[in-house]
Amino acid sequence: MLVHSRAGKLAVRGVFLLLFVPLFAVPLLVIVAASVSTNWSGAFPSGVTTEHYAAATSGDSLKALTTSLVTAVSASLVALLVGGWAALAAASLRARGKRFLDMLFMLPVAVPSVVVGLAVLVAFSRPPVLLNGTRWIVILAHTVLVTAFAYQSVSAAARRLDPMYEQAAASLGARPSYVLWRVKLPLLLPSLTAAAGLCFALSMGELSATMMLYPPDWTPLPVRIFAATDRGSLFTGAAVAVVLMATTLLVLLAVSRIRTRASYR
Amino acid sequence: MTGPGMTSPGATPGGIRFDQVSVAYDGNTVLDRLDLTVEPGEVMALLGPSGSGKTTALRAVAGFVRPSSGRVFLGGRDVTDLPPHRRGIGMVVQQYALFPHMRVADNVAFGLKARKAPKSGIPQLVADALELVGMASYAGRYPRELSGGQQQRVAIARALATRPGVLLLDEPLSALDAQLRSGMLTELARLHRELPDVSILYVTHDQVEALTLADRIAVMDRARLQDCGTPQELYRSPRTEFTASFVGNANLLPVTVADGHVDFAGHQLTVSTGDVAAGVSATLCVRPHLVGLGAGPNALTGTVAEVQWRGSTHRLYVDVEGHRVKADLRELRETPAIGAPATLHFATEDAVLLPVGAADE
Repeated sequence: MLVHSRAGKLAVRGVFLLLFVPLFAVPLLVIVAASVSTNWSGAFPSGVTTEHYAAATSGDSLKALTTSLVTAVSASLVALLVGGWAALAAASLRARGKRFLDMLFMLPVAVPSVVVGLAVLVAFSRPPVLLNGTRWIVILAHTVLVTAFAYQSVSAAARRLDPMYEQAAASLGARPSYVLWRVKLPLLLPSLTAAAGLCFALSMGELSATMMLYPPDWTPLPVRIFAATDRGSLFTGAAVAVVLMATTLLVLLAVSRIRTRASYR
Repeated sequence: MTGPGMTSPGATPGGIRFDQVSVAYDGNTVLDRLDLTVEPGEVMALLGPSGSGKTTALRAVAGFVRPSSGRVFLGGRDVTDLPPHRRGIGMVVQQYALFPHMRVADNVAFGLKARKAPKSGIPQLVADALELVGMASYAGRYPRELSGGQQQRVAIARALATRPGVLLLDEPLSALDAQLRSGMLTELARLHRELPDVSILYVTHDQVEALTLADRIAVMDRARLQDCGTPQELYRSPRTEFTASFVGNANLLPVTVADGHVDFAGHQLTVSTGDVAAGVSATLCVRPHLVGLGAGPNALTGTVAEVQWRGSTHRLYVDVEGHRVKADLRELRETPAIGAPATLHFATEDAVLLPVGAADE
């Protein structure tokens, strides 16, 4: 929608702020405010303290942060490998095979993550593959959940990639594997990093499936936030949430820097 | 490119042969039993409108389409079942297809590295190829930093760096503007003189490119080869109506052959009838630029339907008994009014008699 008049532009911006501020900005600001307050009984918090942050960046909370980071990074990398591979393979399949793979990788998105959690729990609670009670079951569930997104973003990019590059490379004598490493993957790098960032962010915030699976020694941050607020330690929970938010944003920022350097057109 | 005959051992020697090559998609024939031979060192233009099968023929040589029947030979070797990367060809396409993430030098080196050329020789080969197209000073640039014409030069250098015996050019100049195009045509002609052993298959819909560059032209229409010959042969004595109208946009007049002349809509025209029997229907082909205004031999009278000023020439459309005749005349001082009577004429030796519907054999 293009609005040219000055009054029109102001009105559109006004409506945007009216929708954006209460929906997105205020809740986040409230969390930030809560994370530094000693007491909040009126309309505004009273007293400023950093002790919640001290708690949120040490001891069990710090351990939970590392747990979350390790889980998210591992899940994203595996998802990128599996999902990206499948997406590239799908691009060279006929229509029917492509549709089948698209549907297969849609499943974890379509099914509620609680159900995915339960499914993973039931499937791996018994030999031969007994993962219940270990960190691996959490990482596995996260991988299952985020692979779908990796598949979808890589497959959208692979579909957009002009086949003329691949053909030019082949006509120059490049074997398919050489074309993949030297032409396709470099050209897909921006989408691959975008997919990695998306997977990472999703995994960092995953709660519902994690709740059903996490062992005591592998507690990701969202679980800690939930536990803290459940206990009534709202301010500690808020500080941990801000830490989670900041870490995720920092990693996404770093990823997007790689993306900018990797985009050519 | 240090001299004639420089083809590397990995590359295919020159020469392309189509042997009854057909291509069909879902029962739809896009190339119908093509028989064509391009000699080593020859430039063959595949000329035709879009959908004529010319690009399909080129892609069958490159290996990107599989013939449903027939064989393709490169340098005498049957390559029909070889994947594209093992055919040892060079290819340049309309959109250049330079790798955007590589510098110019890396683009040109790509084929050499992919074919595992000795590492020590690559920089020299890259420099030679860039020198050949006049892009040596751009080696460190990225494709996005180059103009369309420069990108096309790099694409040609990339295709030639491996010293293939066969170069496929798919509408290489279509994306360039008119001025650049004529410059590149001159460049391509020079390149060909410097690479006398390379067979070039040049796909185009532009008759000027084909006439300028090709040693022979293969005219394609509706999936079939319609005509093949040197530019002069096709232009001066086309064998089919399609060739006559597509190459040089000729006037095609329906005539009936009589004894020593032909009848066209009440006009008696003196042309060479060869051994065509009297009473046979035929098509008379006259080039617009060989038609003159005013009375003369083989006069055609009619009314002016349209006048187009084209700078150095005027194009007149004259309706003669319901048939529109085109005439390209040197710029007229006084342009005839639309609807005014006009007389056109042409010389006996400038007309060619064609069998009717020869294009629809």
